[in-house]
Amino acid sequence: MRLQVLGTGCAKCKALTANVQAAVTTLGLAAEVEKVEDIPSIMKFGVINTPAFVIDGKVAFAGRVANSTEIEHLLREAT
Amino acid sequence: MSATGARHISRWTGAWTWALGLLGLVAWQQAYAQLLAIAHWLTTSALRLKAGTRLASAVEFFLYEAPKVLMLLVLVVFGVGVLRTFFTPERTRQILAGKRESTGNVLAAALGIVTPFCSCSAVPLFIGFLKSGVPLGVTFSFLIAAPMVNEVALVLLYGLFGVQVAMIYVSSGLTVAVCAGWVIGRLKMERHVESWVYEVEVGDAPEEHPSWADRLTAGRRAVPEIVGKVWMYVIAGIAVGAGIHGYVPTGLMARYLGAHEWWSVPVAVLIGVPMYSNAAGIVPIVQALLGKGAALGSALAFMMSVIALSLPEIVILRRVLRPRLIGVFVGVVAVGVTAVGYLFNAILPATGGR
Repeated sequence: MRLQVLGTGCAKCKALTANVQAAVTTLGLAAEVEKVEDIPSIMKFGVINTPAFVIDGKVAFAGRVANSTEIEHLLREAT
Repeated sequence: MSATGARHISRWTGAWTWALGLLGLVAWQQAYAQLLAIAHWLTTSALRLKAGTRLASAVEFFLYEAPKVLMLLVLVVFGVGVLRTFFTPERTRQILAGKRESTGNVLAAALGIVTPFCSCSAVPLFIGFLKSGVPLGVTFSFLIAAPMVNEVALVLLYGLFGVQVAMIYVSSGLTVAVCAGWVIGRLKMERHVESWVYEVEVGDAPEEHPSWADRLTAGRRAVPEIVGKVWMYVIAGIAVGAGIHGYVPTGLMARYLGAHEWWSVPVAVLIGVPMYSNAAGIVPIVQALLGKGAALGSALAFMMSVIALSLPEIVILRRVLRPRLIGVFVGVVAVGVTAVGYLFNAILPATGGR
C-alpha cells in the first residue's frame, strides 16, 4: 500500500502526516508514508487545496486535516 | 441487507444530529440573551464593584463582550464550516473558468468569502485556476478577497465595533478585491507569470460527495480549529477595549492617525503592508488605535493592508509571479486600500465604534 500526503510543508500538512502515521501504526500496516512537497507533483493529482491524502495513487480527500480515526476508516476500506 | 441497515442507522443518527443541533441553537440563544444580566451580576454582586465607577464599567464591559463575541464566533464559524462544504475550491474554479472579466471579478471576490482558503495552498490554487481557464485578473480578485474578507473578520468587527464598521469593512474589502483584480486583468500581465506555471500538468480534480452528516461534522470540526486559534486575540482585543472604555482619547495616535493629517492613511498602509497577521490578530491593535483616537479610515486601511499583503505571502507568490507582476499586485492593492482609508476618513471623520 502506497500512502502519500500532499502539501507544501505548512503546519496543516505536518499535522495530517502525523495523523496518517498514527493510523498506520494503530492498524499495524506495512505502509510507507511519503510526503509530496513539490508543486508540479501535487498538481498532477488535480489537488489545488492542500493538504491532501492519497491512497495508492487515488486522492482520498483534499483541503483538510482528517483525524486519525477517519484515516483508519479510509485505510480499512482501501484494503 | 447490510447496506439497508447502514442507511437506517445513518438516517437515525441524522435525525439525532438535527434534534441535538436545534436544541443547541435554543440553548445558545437563551444563554446569549442572559449575557448582559450575568455580566452585571458578576460585576456588582460577585466581585462587589461599585456600579458607576470606571473600574466597574470596564469589568462589566469585558465580562459582557468577551463571552458575547466568542459565542457569536462559535455559531458563525460552525455555520460557515457547513457552508464551505458546498463551496470547495474545485467547485469555485469550475464556476469561474471561462467567466469574462468584470462579472468574473465580482463573482471571484464574493466566492473568496465562502471558499476555504489557506495561504499555504495559494500557489497550487493559483496554478489550478489559471490552468483551467480562469482569467489572471479574476484569479487575483479571488486571492485578494479570500484572506481579507472572511467570517472571523466579520464577527470580530461586528462584535467589537458594531454593524456599521463590519459592513464598511466587507463592502470596501470586496470593492478593493474586484477593482485590483480588474486592473491587473486590464494590464495584460499574463507573460509576467513564471513560465513553468503554464507547463504544469494538472490532473483531474477528485470530487467529494459529502452527506449532510459529513457537512455538519465539518462545521463541528471548524469550531475548535478556528476558535482555538483566534480566541486569545479576541480576549486581548476586548481587554484593550475595556481598558479604554469611558476614557477620552487625547493620545499620540489621535495626532498621528487622526482624520486631519493627509499622510496618516499612506503611513498606516506603509506600516501595514510588510506585517503579517490574520484578521483576528490585528483586531486588538485596531481596537487600541480607534480607542486612542485614530480615524476609522486610517485604522481600516491599516487592518486591510496587514491582512491582504505581507512579506511571507509575497515570498510564496514569487515562485509563480515575476517581479513586475508582484510589484503591480502590491501596488494596486496598496493604492486601493489607501483610497478606502481616505474615503472613510472623509465621510466618517469622528472615531468609529460605538
